[in-house]
Amino acid sequence: MDPRLAVIERRLQSVGTVIAVAAGKGGVGKSTVATCLALALHERGYRAGLLDLDFCGPSTHVILGAGTTHPAEDKGIVPPIVHGLEYVSIVQFAGERPAPLRGLDVSNALIELLAITRWGPLDALILDMPPGIGDTTLDAVRLLKKARTLIVTTPSRVAQETVRRLVALLIEVGAPVLGFVENMKRPADPSPARAIALLGVPLLGELPFDEQLEAAMGDVGKIRNTAFSHAIAELAPRIFRIGL
Amino acid sequence: MHEWALAEAVIVAAAQTADREHLEAVSVIRVRLGEAQRISRDVFESSLREILAREAPRLRGARAEIETEPALYKCRGCASEWGLGVTLNMLNEEESEAVHFIPEMARVYARCPDCSSPDFDLVAGRGIWLVSVTGVN
Repeated sequence: MDPRLAVIERRLQSVGTVIAVAAGKGGVGKSTVATCLALALHERGYRAGLLDLDFCGPSTHVILGAGTTHPAEDKGIVPPIVHGLEYVSIVQFAGERPAPLRGLDVSNALIELLAITRWGPLDALILDMPPGIGDTTLDAVRLLKKARTLIVTTPSRVAQETVRRLVALLIEVGAPVLGFVENMKRPADPSPARAIALLGVPLLGELPFDEQLEAAMGDVGKIRNTAFSHAIAELAPRIFRIGL
Repeated sequence: MHEWALAEAVIVAAAQTADREHLEAVSVIRVRLGEAQRISRDVFESSLREILAREAPRLRGARAEIETEPALYKCRGCASEWGLGVTLNMLNEEESEAVHFIPEMARVYARCPDCSSPDFDLVAGRGIWLVSVTGVN
């Protein structure tokens, strides 16, 4: 047997809740939601961590302006602190180069990271999941029994169709779903995603389309002043409570 | 010293196996290390001993038998095969450290020595495996 699998639960013993931020497709703002949710929890006094599991398209380091942080090695790897968050990303190992990982590589890298990362006591560990229903999603459901999924979608029918498939899969395999947030919402957009609500997943909130957000990327101080970040900060305590 | 984390994983898995097989005392824990994992065998063995001594009473008398499986990489483009030494020769110290933590990072930094493709597989020598746990019921 692969002994790494046996130790994953022990590695997460000191973590109160694990919230996997997921989406059916890319481009809906999932990584920004995950990052700002972690930052919002930290600002409210929670001990928060952020683990970027989008190995082939990591982006949370750009949002955070994380620079070249590296984990320390002490009986495993110890996450560096970035803007108050315990933070791990594949970028800390791959640098700026692409990581052309196939399915088995993705699974192995995920298992390795989960088995050797020694998270400190955390109230919440936020996972930035890769888009879709591929290997990482299946592995996270299998390996992270504590994980609760927060779905991100947009008013786009395309996004909602892919989310519907993701939610259907999660329900089928018994993975707990906290609810969904509708991102990039404009005043003229139609009412919340009916296709998803029909599956019994509650809408937790709407996040505005924020033209200031792009210019704030990489500067956490500026991000905190955006309407988007304020909306996440309002939602964060509720998401945390549901996730417990 | 992430060898310690992997040694702990072996002990946790061995204890679970002992539970499942109703072993009262474990005598031998057999482990296979993939060469691509690039674990320091000395550090791994001393970590095993340290964890055994303090964490798992039923396992305290166990002896660890460790075997190593050589790493073999194979290119999907030209079918060329090569070993760990060739891969490590392509890496600087920082890159080598990244591969030490996560062997899949070889795909980030190494290329097929014959056709330079980044699309290759690690077909043998990956990971760590609990081969068997032997003891008395």
